[in-house]
Amino acid sequence: MTLLHLASDLLLGAGVLLVLTGAVGLHRLPEFFTRTHAASITDSAGAGLMLAGMLLRVEDGGTAVRLLLILLFLLFTSPTASHALAQAALQDGMTPLSGARERAR
Amino acid sequence: MSTLLIDIALFTILTVIGLAIARIRQLFAVAMLSGLFSLTCACIFVLQDAVDVAFTEAAVGAGMTTVLFLGALALTRSREESTPRSRSLPAMLAALATGALLIYASLDLPGFAAADAPVHRHPLTARYLQDSPSEIGIPNVVTSVLASYRGYDTFGEVVVVFTAGIAVLMLLGRGAATSVSAPARVQPLHQQNRVLRVVAKLLIPFILLFALYVQFHGDYGPGGGFQAGVIFASGLILYALVFGLDAARAVAPLAVLRGLASLGVLLYGGVGVATLLLGGAFLEYGRLGGGDALAGQHLGILLVELGVGICVTAAMILLFFSFAGRGAGRPGKTDE
Repeated sequence: MTLLHLASDLLLGAGVLLVLTGAVGLHRLPEFFTRTHAASITDSAGAGLMLAGMLLRVEDGGTAVRLLLILLFLLFTSPTASHALAQAALQDGMTPLSGARERAR
Repeated sequence: MSTLLIDIALFTILTVIGLAIARIRQLFAVAMLSGLFSLTCACIFVLQDAVDVAFTEAAVGAGMTTVLFLGALALTRSREESTPRSRSLPAMLAALATGALLIYASLDLPGFAAADAPVHRHPLTARYLQDSPSEIGIPNVVTSVLASYRGYDTFGEVVVVFTAGIAVLMLLGRGAATSVSAPARVQPLHQQNRVLRVVAKLLIPFILLFALYVQFHGDYGPGGGFQAGVIFASGLILYALVFGLDAARAVAPLAVLRGLASLGVLLYGGVGVATLLLGGAFLEYGRLGGGDALAGQHLGILLVELGVGICVTAAMILLFFSFAGRGAGRPGKTDE
């Protein structure tokens, strides 16, 4: 039981860390695509790990199934949203900041 | 203690979003922020145990309104003009005066969850809460108040939704009918974006299924016709966004939608007329069950909620088609 709690704490902590990383990245990274990348970490990996952490703490099956479904939903939707966002930006003529462009400056 | 912290955090977020909305001039960002505002409100409602309201706020405020805002922005410019200072000063004074007045008025409100608040002392509250199980017989008191005790009000709300749908159709209706695949359209999203297409196809059935669950589970838990209608419509709107407006129109033709919107209102009103014919008052569902008043209430609420759901679904899709079709019919317009 305590081991489970420890694992859950670790997962929750890792999730919080990733969410914070995403928030910092959103502020500090140089351009749209890198910032999208940072933001997408928050709701895929960050929320995913936190949900996994919560999953280890629940006692009844119904809640566990709901958490799993939320996790599944997030795994499908949040990467898709980031992908669609980046795709739309590319189509709009935005070019990612690549190493080559950086050197050319 | 922890709820207090969550409350403080949520209200802080709410204030920050409000200030950001006032300051930001990029209207697309403002539309997204207002969606976020609704979502935060929904969280606060959940904390206050008003799950039905939270559900509606999340579905309508965060979901549907944002989509409609974006559709409307596509028709106009997406950047707010800055108002000259000479004109913004009186506006600010008026806003400050109104705010001060509201805060002053809020001092008269009873404390949050105070037991002696007028709502709790009103005899009607006790009657709804105590007699609903024996009179209406469904577990969710919110639904029994909404659909049965206050059936007139809800009928009015459905008519409002219906009227709004008609008004938008009259103003922008040409857009809803024009074909989008006309000249110089950018490739529809689905031909270029396989990921989006696959995920949307995966999600839409579940969205529609969830809408049906919300529709028919409203008697037992949070939910009902309004939320279900919006969720069902959002499933179709997602389809329209990913697969193109023409494909969505093939699924839900305009004539069918118009018919369904009226059918919803007619169904609601028809239940009322049926109870009249059976010798009761307007919307007195107890008459529908023959001798069994409880069965009548069940049937009446089911039918009425179905009417609400059908009307809201059709009206929401019509609104979206009108906005989106109008925007897509225009030649490619770029602002900034």
